[in-house]
Amino acid sequence: MRDKLLQVLIIVISSILTIQLFNLQVLNKKNSDVSSKASVQKIYNFPERGYLYDRNNKLIVSNQPYYDLLIVPNDVNINDSIKIANDLGISLKDFNTKYKKARKFSPLKASIFISSLTKEEYAKIQEKMWKLSGFFVQKNSKRKYNYSTAANLFGYISEVNDYEIKNNSYYKSGEMIGRQGLEKTYESILRGEKGVNYFQKDKFNRIIGKFNDGINDTLPTISKKLKLTLDIDLQTYGDSLMNNKYGSIVAIEPKSGEILALVNSPGYDPNLLVGRERSERYRSLNNDSIGKPLFDRGLQGQYPPGSTFKIINALIGLQENIIKQETTFKCDGGHFYARNSFMKCHTSEPTFTNLNNAVYTSCNTYFAKTYKGIIENYDSPSIGLDKWVNYVKSFGFGNYLGYDHPTGKPGFIPTSAYYNSWYNNSWKAVTTISNSIGQGEILTTPIQLANFAATIANRGWYITPHFVKEIENDSININYKKINKTLINKEHFEPVIEGMINVVEKGTATNSIIRNIKIAGKTGTAENFIKINGIKKQLTDHSIFIGFAPANDPKIAVCVFIENGYWGSRWAAPISSLIIEKYINGKIERNWLEKYILEGDLSAEYLKPYLTSNFNINE
Amino acid sequence: MSSIRNFDLVSCLLVLTLMLIGLVNIYSVTYFENMDFFSTSNFFGKQLFFFFICILTFFISLTPDIKFYFKYASIIYLLMIIILIAVLIFGNEVNGSKSWFSLGGFSFQPSEFMKPVTALALAKYLSNIHSDIKRKSIQFYSFLIISIPLILIIMQPDPGTALIFLSFYLVLHVVGLPSFYLNIFVASISIFIITILFGRNNILLIGSIIFVLMLIIRLYKSLPKRRLIYMGLIAAAFIFSVDFIFNNIFEQRHRDRFNVVLGLDEDLKGIGYNTNQSQLAFKAGGILGEGFLKGSQTKGDFIPEQHSDYIFTTIGEEWGFVGSLLTIIIFTFLLLRIIERTSTQRNLFYKIYSYCVISIIFFHFAINISMVLGIFPSVGIPLPFISYGGSSMLAFTILFTGYIKIDANKKEKW
Repeated sequence: MRDKLLQVLIIVISSILTIQLFNLQVLNKKNSDVSSKASVQKIYNFPERGYLYDRNNKLIVSNQPYYDLLIVPNDVNINDSIKIANDLGISLKDFNTKYKKARKFSPLKASIFISSLTKEEYAKIQEKMWKLSGFFVQKNSKRKYNYSTAANLFGYISEVNDYEIKNNSYYKSGEMIGRQGLEKTYESILRGEKGVNYFQKDKFNRIIGKFNDGINDTLPTISKKLKLTLDIDLQTYGDSLMNNKYGSIVAIEPKSGEILALVNSPGYDPNLLVGRERSERYRSLNNDSIGKPLFDRGLQGQYPPGSTFKIINALIGLQENIIKQETTFKCDGGHFYARNSFMKCHTSEPTFTNLNNAVYTSCNTYFAKTYKGIIENYDSPSIGLDKWVNYVKSFGFGNYLGYDHPTGKPGFIPTSAYYNSWYNNSWKAVTTISNSIGQGEILTTPIQLANFAATIANRGWYITPHFVKEIENDSININYKKINKTLINKEHFEPVIEGMINVVEKGTATNSIIRNIKIAGKTGTAENFIKINGIKKQLTDHSIFIGFAPANDPKIAVCVFIENGYWGSRWAAPISSLIIEKYINGKIERNWLEKYILEGDLSAEYLKPYLTSNFNINE
Repeated sequence: MSSIRNFDLVSCLLVLTLMLIGLVNIYSVTYFENMDFFSTSNFFGKQLFFFFICILTFFISLTPDIKFYFKYASIIYLLMIIILIAVLIFGNEVNGSKSWFSLGGFSFQPSEFMKPVTALALAKYLSNIHSDIKRKSIQFYSFLIISIPLILIIMQPDPGTALIFLSFYLVLHVVGLPSFYLNIFVASISIFIITILFGRNNILLIGSIIFVLMLIIRLYKSLPKRRLIYMGLIAAAFIFSVDFIFNNIFEQRHRDRFNVVLGLDEDLKGIGYNTNQSQLAFKAGGILGEGFLKGSQTKGDFIPEQHSDYIFTTIGEEWGFVGSLLTIIIFTFLLLRIIERTSTQRNLFYKIYSYCVISIIFFHFAINISMVLGIFPSVGIPLPFISYGGSSMLAFTILFTGYIKIDANKKEKW
């Protein structure tokens, strides 16, 4: 008898089975995770998105509920369709088409029957829910904006795209993500962390109860509130001042780098980009090719800074010992900076200007000569220019400032390398003389200029501008507490600021004087060229003003930039002074000025480039 | 009546344990709220009913004198063959096979009862003083006794149950069938699998190389090489025929099952669904299992036939590696224990019958669990004493009771 064979066979087979079992059940750790089980359905529990408050704790952005009516076709008693349609307040025909559609999707799984019910519709249906088997209501939430301002600043939320799903394991298809603005920067804080409930599914994918009595479920992590640096009243006031003007207002608290207002004009109501019509409205905003409301002028607009840039040349001149406070240059209503090259100046008769009156009269000659001195102080213009660039960049120009908003532009500060390649290594200080008066290649953004004003107000340092003051139970980015020092010594600021005070008191912006607040400022008028169908055309100059107040103990620094506004003193300076007055005094006493600004309308200017006929500029 | 001292109580307890494991897991698979324990309208209630029937059958089958079975073995065998033919004509078709008779609320599967009956018949034939298994004619009649029910069952068609009848060939081998047959069988199966796995031409190439090498070795040893050449030629022909049969005679569903098990094809929604879902259940179970009534694959009803052929997945998921290993150990221990007690059995009829019992249970156990674990193609074979099914449990009880009866009479003279 070969009974040993049987024994061996039994032991061998049992061992093989045991090994396979061991492989599947003990060695296989990969599938021990609950969530990867085919038989378990995860249902997420989303925390409410975080609210935004202004610096005075006024609620700016919150959420509003909306309701979707869902249907599970198999659970609906279709014989009662007339009654049900009546209870839902829709026609029988409507009911039948919707029912068929839902049934086609799945007879067993829930799908949306009526989306975005209003509160009233919801209340009406809610009363009858008990007799509507197969229907249930799902509550959702969308953003609600209490002020129709700063839309680009807040940004918006929308459904995640495939790329985001692939690159971030947190997001699943159909979920919302902060797509732009502060919603994007502070996404993880505003959204919180979703919780998961695990449910047991059967083979038809129906939920048949809680999985494992809910032991594996996680609670959502509550989102956090954000307290913004914005003063929402100042922000909306800025909006009203910018009525019918394109451009931006940026106001910063110099001591803290907190952005008090960022007005972008033309603006739009952020409530437009909420809910079902979001993409359609977004498209129409995007298609406004003249106003470009989605273009964030304050952060993205790169313009020549014009005469406001003279301040930086004065400071560098002082630091480099090219000029002193008493240094005078002769101005003949301009000067020849090279043979046959005359730079005009605003002064009509020959004068001797010192630093102070050069600032308040915005004398081109004075700063051209200063700039030339700085560059020629070194062995070669390349070394001189790069030295100058280092000073300029220490004010935050020529690069992204590093604020907590995802959009922005670096601006442009030309370096020696740039000119070397442009002029094939043969250029002199005078070749780049436009830099002295903020024209030529230099480009800055309004927020950079506002930060520049804040830096002067602080006498030589700045804190990176930012939009978020406090995060609930958390601290803000350490970078927004750090002091950035410029390369200019503190003592060089006073003579320049003295000149800036005179700008308003007796200089280029006397219309902007406020009785009890001492403003230090500088106007700017930047030449404005655009290309239309490939032809370069000149349009009316941009009106610019930077300033801060009170001059001795600055509480606010502003930059106002009005596209095609002509002189700095025509629009930008008065608007700045109104912003300052509103912020410091809380009310406006100069009603005539306010009226003039509110009624000011530049719409015609913006249409000029699109006219077929010729047009005049700088009227 | 057999003496109680020789009664194999341990085996009885092991079988009882298996049956209770079955009941617990069937309860878990088919559980729904407010389920009535004793109602025969649900699977658990029916199984519980059959459990008591089996206990009753056990004691009834123990009563008659042992010689009764020996005496009527041939007649019972013939009777069952007639019933098998009858089921082909009058039977009910369930899941595509005509294997059932309906009697009142219950269905009855004759092929299940054919197993103990064939065992009796085979044991009776081979224990005859004139039956020397070395003789060709005896081999022929033995094959016939096994093959008639096998062919009838294939005709139903129920390939799973038919496969079980191959276990009787193993018994023949144990009894002394020349190892030539087993060698051929094992060689054929091996060639079949590797041919499908690696492709006809590759195997022919490798085979030829091995063949030439063996030829050279043989030449040095100056042994007759004719037989080797014949074998080589037969093997080559077999490889060709496997390829032909697999690709031309097999239907796609057969091919699919092989492909899934051999890992050549992964189709998790279709034919591979069962295997994949049951493997998921085992993985989910882990070492300690998810606990009674907590298996998520089980609850979700993801695995078809989980209460019957795939019952082992429930054990794996809800009781983990510990539970499934325990089940395997119980089976192994039971089988080894029966072998050991049989080896001291003097009576050849008893002995052969016991080997049949071992082979049948072993084949069910090995094939069912390999299938559930995904290392054998999916065939409909229940797990003895555990799977849902009245006929199967009753047939196993009868088979097992035969052994107990025989074993208790071991010391008695014939």
